[in-house]
Amino acid sequence: MKYYDAIRDAQAVMMRNNKDVFICGLGVPDPKGVFGTTSGLIEEFGKKRVFDTPACENGTVGMLIGAAMQELRPIMVNQRVDFVLLALDQIINHASKWQIMFGGAQKIPIVIRVIVGKGWGQGPQHSQSMHALFSHIPGLKVVAPATPKDAKGLLISSIEDDAPVIFIEHRKLHNEEGDVPEGVYRTPIGKAEVLCEGGDVTIVAISQMVLEAKKAAKALQKDGVSCEIIDLRSLRPLDTSTVIESVKKTGRLVVADGDWRNCSVSGEIVAIAAENCHEHLKASPQRVTWPDIPVPTSVALEKAFYPTATDIYAKALKALGISKESVLVEEEKEEVFQGPF
Amino acid sequence: MKITTTLKKKLYSEMLRLRMIEERIAAIYHDANEMKTPTHLYTGQEAVAVGVANAMIEGDVVGASHRSHGMYIAKGGDLKAMMAELFGKETGCSKGWGGSMHLVDVRKGVMGSSSILGGTIPHAVGCALAFQIKDESRVAVSVFGDAAIEEGVFHESLNWASLKKLPVIFVCENNLYSTSTLLKDRQPPVKIFKRAESYGMQGIRVDGNDVVKVYEVVSEAIAGAREGRGPALIEAMTYRWREHVGPNYDYDLGYRTKAELGEWMAKCPVKKYVDLLSQEENESLIKRYAKEIDEAIEFARQSPFPREELMTNEVL
Ligand SMILES: Cc1ncc(C[n+]2csc(CCOP(=O)(O)OP(=O)(O)O)c2C)c(N)n1
Ligand SMILES: [Mg+2]
Repeated sequence: MKYYDAIRDAQAVMMRNNKDVFICGLGVPDPKGVFGTTSGLIEEFGKKRVFDTPACENGTVGMLIGAAMQELRPIMVNQRVDFVLLALDQIINHASKWQIMFGGAQKIPIVIRVIVGKGWGQGPQHSQSMHALFSHIPGLKVVAPATPKDAKGLLISSIEDDAPVIFIEHRKLHNEEGDVPEGVYRTPIGKAEVLCEGGDVTIVAISQMVLEAKKAAKALQKDGVSCEIIDLRSLRPLDTSTVIESVKKTGRLVVADGDWRNCSVSGEIVAIAAENCHEHLKASPQRVTWPDIPVPTSVALEKAFYPTATDIYAKALKALGISKESVLVEEEKEEVFQGPF
Repeated sequence: MKITTTLKKKLYSEMLRLRMIEERIAAIYHDANEMKTPTHLYTGQEAVAVGVANAMIEGDVVGASHRSHGMYIAKGGDLKAMMAELFGKETGCSKGWGGSMHLVDVRKGVMGSSSILGGTIPHAVGCALAFQIKDESRVAVSVFGDAAIEEGVFHESLNWASLKKLPVIFVCENNLYSTSTLLKDRQPPVKIFKRAESYGMQGIRVDGNDVVKVYEVVSEAIAGAREGRGPALIEAMTYRWREHVGPNYDYDLGYRTKAELGEWMAKCPVKKYVDLLSQEENESLIKRYAKEIDEAIEFARQSPFPREELMTNEVL
């Protein structure tokens, strides 16, 4: 099953199981069904539980908070995470505070699905990551599944969770194929996954960068380097113990994070290693991140902007102290995505 | 207001040129995949941008939306620089950083377009605030779609603009849809121009497919704003012919019918004034514009991509 279909499936099984779950957002009942993630829902669950919204992100999140106060479990869909930046007031000042600010009197179980764009000149306002921003805020939970199985498992956990959850999907993951169990199952929030065990270097990757990390690990294996890949999956709460355990074992850390570097999740992972694994570290931790500049539009700049497996490969070698002509690791296949969105 | 035939011909020619530009982009968009930028074509709405831009004078400024080509071209933005921007080239008006949704020509008063709904509405108000503070006789115009008025910032902007009697004109291009969602599924049945009243400003609805009417209404509003009588909201009724984003027709999606598109095509803003020129005059104009567009595309193709070094430090 594809990643987008796994998301659709998670919503469908939860809506079948619990009549309090409903879904809304710009384009939800649209013929294109938000990249297929909401297709067929309106036919099965009707207009009361599956609906479009006016373009008013801040109002929408606020209203979903209200609906959650009345014991519903709303899911909001955003075609781009950039659009929900208009709702930072309701997300940060309100949703994240409502449970603690009243001593636990109310819970706000809303899921805010956000999609991160990439490619075809999406540009500065349609391809920001923003996971660091949300991960900074106490009272929110933030997940970023990299596989179809976790997309479904984490979305189910998010819908069941009593805290507001920011559910981050990468546009480039929507068409990834993978095994997805039927029915209801849960990927726990706050638990990273060790994708492959290895002894030489730990690669911690987030969202779409997990795919790049896998490619890099394959190339490194050919060079006799054994990598341990950790798919972080949840960014808040962070699974620090899985990271610490691995870094203690390998002594080397590379973090692959499709986001800016300053005040980032990648920085947090490095800090965790520094605070907890100091005497185990054999080399300074390495980070593969975005250049410190808004995402450009031009294909030429896009190509230079986005780090790939090649960068992870190079940083891993650097951590290992191996100097070797950097090879190009299985470059992204000629863009099949024909735009425009 | 007396509108001369010369002016009418100018308005018509500019619409024709804009139509030809947009249709050429649609024709070549997927050919060689050279324009990798989400592109919201303006075909069908030409009368709005051309009418508005001609009602403005030098020194006036405009803030636009994701459907940005119309205002940029109508306000005198350089065609070559726009094409190069669509091709992601260094010679683009935004040096390849912006793409189709982010066109700019500060010298011509095009203060940049945003792909975030409602994003530039307060910018126009802010420009007007500056004109008022600096005691300059200039006017700012904000152009946006019918969905942008659902964002809070639209209401905040109107409230402030009216409170301070700022020289700003709000132009809503009502093409009935937000992507594939009909107006009636997004807003209660209150006409958009009527919203103005609750902010104590004038609201006017105009046939957005009639360039002369748009020109008249906007000219009057701008004159009022320039004289210190404050802002106005103009709702221009129009229709987008092609899909929301991209070069194709989309009636096969089912959210609107081919018949509805047909009705609006019959009200084509360009065709409406085609008879102002003789057949020969029209043919020679078409030839001239086609050549200019050829040249702009060639310019875009030949231009270099932005240099990667720009990636690590400052853009300029
Ligand atoms: C804040 C925000 N929310 C959602 C979107 C996604 N979006 C892009 S264009 C569009 C429709 C806009 O409709 P309208 O304002 O009527 O302009 P039109 O496309 O019809 O010209 C939407 C919903 C966005 N760009 N920004
Ligand atoms: Mg519209």
